Order: sequence, then C-alpha cells, then structure tokens
Amino acid sequence: MLAIARDLFRYNREFALGVALLAVVGGVAALSLVSPYPPNLTYVVPPDVPPSWPYLLGTNSRGQDVFWQLSFAIRNTLAFGLMVALVSRMLALVIGLVAGYLGGWVDRVLMSINDTFLVVPLFPILVLFYFVMRDSMTWALLALVMAGLGWAYDARLIRSLAMSLRTREFTETSVFSGMSVGRILAEEHFPYVLPIVFSTTLNNINWAIGLEVTLAVLGFTDINTPTIGGMIFWANQHTAMVAGIWWWIAFPVALVVATFIGFFLVAIAMNEYIDPRSRLMRTGA
Amino acid sequence: MTSSYPAYLLRRLGQFVLVVFIGINIVFFISHATPIDPVEQTVAAATQFGATSPEAIALMRQSLRELYGLEGGLWEQYAVFWQRIAVADFGPSLSAFPTPVSVLIRRAAPWTVGLWSIATLISWSLGNLLGGLAGYYPRSRALRAAGAVAMALHPIPYYIVGFVLLIVFGYVWPILPITGGYQINLERAFDLRFVASVFRHSLLPALSLILVGLGGWFLGMRSLVSNIVTEDYVVFAELGGVRPRRILASYVMRNALAPQVTGLAMSVSTIYTGVIIIEQVFGYPGLGSLLVYGVLAGDYSLVLGVASVSIIAVALAVLAIDLLYPLVDPRVKAR
Repeated sequence: MLAIARDLFRYNREFALGVALLAVVGGVAALSLVSPYPPNLTYVVPPDVPPSWPYLLGTNSRGQDVFWQLSFAIRNTLAFGLMVALVSRMLALVIGLVAGYLGGWVDRVLMSINDTFLVVPLFPILVLFYFVMRDSMTWALLALVMAGLGWAYDARLIRSLAMSLRTREFTETSVFSGMSVGRILAEEHFPYVLPIVFSTTLNNINWAIGLEVTLAVLGFTDINTPTIGGMIFWANQHTAMVAGIWWWIAFPVALVVATFIGFFLVAIAMNEYIDPRSRLMRTGA
Repeated sequence: MTSSYPAYLLRRLGQFVLVVFIGINIVFFISHATPIDPVEQTVAAATQFGATSPEAIALMRQSLRELYGLEGGLWEQYAVFWQRIAVADFGPSLSAFPTPVSVLIRRAAPWTVGLWSIATLISWSLGNLLGGLAGYYPRSRALRAAGAVAMALHPIPYYIVGFVLLIVFGYVWPILPITGGYQINLERAFDLRFVASVFRHSLLPALSLILVGLGGWFLGMRSLVSNIVTEDYVVFAELGGVRPRRILASYVMRNALAPQVTGLAMSVSTIYTGVIIIEQVFGYPGLGSLLVYGVLAGDYSLVLGVASVSIIAVALAVLAIDLLYPLVDPRVKAR
C-alpha cells in the first residue's frame, strides 16, 4: 500500500498535486484544534481588518478572525463530506453487490429504483426538505438525507463489477463449499470492488460538499455551524464584496476550490491506477 | 444489448413512469412526514405583526388546511396530492396572492428550459468535440492545456463558478449584466433590442453552466477515444489509407457517441440542479429563482409546486434523450 502511494507520487503528477492540495486543506482543518477563539463568538477581534499580522487572512465584519473561522469551517465541511460518503457507500455497496450477484428480478427491481434516484433532481427536493424542517434542520440530519439520495451512481458501478465477479471460478468454489450469500459478498467480492469504491468515495465527498456549500450559501442549512458555505452566506449577508472586504470571500472560495480539485485529482489518479491499460500508456509501453 | 424498438420504447416509458411515481412520493413523504406543520408556520408568519382575533385565526387555519390539501386522513391527502399533480393545480400562491402557483411556474419555465437546453447542448457538443480531438491527438499541446483547464474546472460546483464569474464581471471588470433576464426598462416585445438584451443577460449564466459542464464530457470522450484508437478496426482503417479526418469522425467518435448520450441522460438532473442554482446567483427569472423566493417568502404551495414540476420536467427530458438514443446506436433498432 505504501509502495503504491510512493510510486503514484513519483510517476503521477496529478496524484502528487492532489495530495499536496489535500495536505494543505487538511492542515488548515487540523489547526482548528488549537484555535485561540471559539468558532461561534463574534466581535472577539477588531472588525474589517485587511490581511496583516497578526490577522493573517484579515478579520470579517462580525469581528471574527478569518483564518481561524476558516479552519473550523473547512473542518466541518470535510467532516460533512466524509459522513455523507461513508453512509452512502454502505448503501451503494450492499445494493450494488446484491443486485450484481443475485441478478434476475432482484437486480431488475433494484436497478429500476437505482436509475430513478439517478434521475430525480435532488436540489429542489433538498430545498423542500429544508423548507418543511426549518429550524429543526441539523447538520447530521442533512448528511443522512443526502446519503440516502446519493448512492445510486456508485451502486450501478459496483453492480457491473459484481456481475463479472459472479462468473469467476472462485465464486463457484465458494458456492460449492457452502458459503452463504452474505459471506461470499462480504469476504470474496467486497475486496475486489474496494479500489473502485475508494475512488468513487472521493468523488462522492466532492458531490456532498458541493451541495452543502450551495445550500449553506443560500442559508438553507443550520447556519450556526460554521462551514465554508456558511462563511460565504454571512459574507453575502454583510455585502462583503460591495464593502470591499474581499478577503472574507476570496479565502473560503480558494480553500474549497483547492479541496475539490485535490479530491478530484486523487480520484482520477486512483482510477488510472486501477485500469492497467492507462497505467501502461503512462509508462509509454 | 440488442432489442427491438417497441420493447425499448416500452421499457423507457416504464422507467419514466417510475421516476415520476417515486419522485412525487418523495415530495409527498418529505412534505407530510415532518414534525413541522406548514399551516401553523404560515399562521405564525401572518399574525406576527399586530393582533389578530382568535376567530380570524381559526378561520385562517381552516382555509389554509384546505388550500394545502391537508384535510382528512393521510390516504385522502395522498389522493388529493396526486389529483393536483394530474391537473397541474397547486393552488394559489400565498406570497403572490391570488395568482395560482401554476401561472407563476408557467411564467418562469421558459427561462429555465431555454437556459437548460442551450447550455447543455453547447457544453455537450463542444466537450465531446474537444475531448475526441484530445484523445485522437494525445500529443497536441493546445489540447493538453485544454484538458488541464477542463480537469481543474470540472470538480467545482456550479455555485462557486457562477459566484466567481459574478464577482469578476460584476465588480472587477463590469462589462456584462449580472442580474435579471433582460433589461428592466425595455418593453417585452419580439424586436432586436429585446432579443439582444435577453442574449446579453443569458451570457454569464450560460457561461457558468458551460464551463462546469464542459469538463465532464471532455474527460469522458477523451478516455473513450483513447481506448477506441487501439482497436483493430481503427488500425486497419489507418493501414488501408482512410483519411484521418474520416477515421476520427466515422470510425472513432461515432462509436464513442453512444455512451456519451447515455451519460447525457444520466446527468440531466445534475445539470438541472446547476441551472436552478445558477439562476439564483444571477437573479435569472426562472424556476430556480422562483424556488428560492418561495422558500424565503414562506410560500408552501409554491415550493411544493416547483419541486414537483422539476421532477416531471427532468423525467421528460430523460425520456426525450432515451427516445433519441436509437439514432446513435443502431443496435437498438435491429431485430
């Protein structure tokens, strides 16, 4: 595993760049643990100070240090993405593996539902969800709902892999040796789909963060938990761009863009690594 | 997969019905299985200012229950909900009383459909064309640079790209209109000035959608093409002296088109979400702005109406692409 990472780092520029970006993002998130200010207090520093020492990224109109605010925000945003990705991964794995292995009518039913979830427009539904929940809308609830809506694409991918695994000899051997379906899927097939699941997880994190930022910017989430979208929401509420407080908007946007590109590049590098054809092309064979 | 056209048609129609059925059920479930009562919310909002007599509040509650279709048991409400969907009647809008929600939606829909279809068409064809070229000529410098740009823009969500464009063209270098669908003091007539104004106002929203959308098609087409060029029939065609342009168009890209059309059908809803968000960023007078306005104004029927119409619109668009699919994949027609 370490050797793979080292090789990828050496031969794959996208991977190296992606990891570097994510390291910066992760570093900023980790710094929130040593923040001198609690995240929700306002007017702890002089407002509207441009980037300078000791306020590295300036301060906002609510009297918060943009750097420390940013470190809390990116931590929550990352945690949100991870949580959505983990829960939706479980759904995608179970549905994809079962549909691919069992085939027949189970497959048809599951994939019809799957294709429906691919097609249903999520944003209006999430907005409606916020509309009826209002103040009872919590961070964890939103993550669960999004996980419940965001598994379809990967379930289809996993299913297509599981279908080919079913015809392999080792599957027949396990069937004849009396393994239960659950154990075959968990112990025999699961390791085979793991690499592709890892790469789609990264894309799923991006998808979740993107939607969360969008909802938060509109004020359609729990605005008291600092997130990247929440920061932009407050900046817009204080018309930061018109007032010339550009650092309140530019730094969160830059950091979240680095997050998106970082995850995406690592996912692409993983995909390329999984597909031996493109690996050969890279080495020029 | 080989199948006859009628069987294919039937399957796609079945999928369409399923999408609408499940989608509308999700909307019903979300709007009914929550602890918050929309009637009480509206009442609270309406009585926030000044005293209202208890009788008036009771009367208001009663008429709101009727208006929102919250009368009777859950199954009764469910039946009423489907009836309303069937006749596209979502009751009057509360924030624009007494205009019916369906009128508001009908007014906004052309803007959304126009932006959605044109931006999709441009980003899909341009992305595929450039991606095909990049896959066929992997050593070209310009195409490699295009690939890097596409890769950098692709993972960024619509909101961020739209927002950055808004800042750049609204504050830093203000040359394009950043809000509205047309110049406000112009009369809505079908003349050159009005059309030009509509076009200018659509530039930034469309550009945001195209910038984000382009990358996915580019990357997908490039990897499809770079796999196809190693196929035997392409090698034979090259050895047989077929002109490169013809190989690229009829041998390589033609075969890569089918999965890209499937991809288009699968991303219709993602693009729709993008349109909704971008409209809000640029104050474009479509369904997206209507939806956000509805939420901010506490207009229950309006939000419910836009969400339901969105599901049906996306399902219809997917169906349309599915019906066109046999044009690019002749195997569907073969018996």
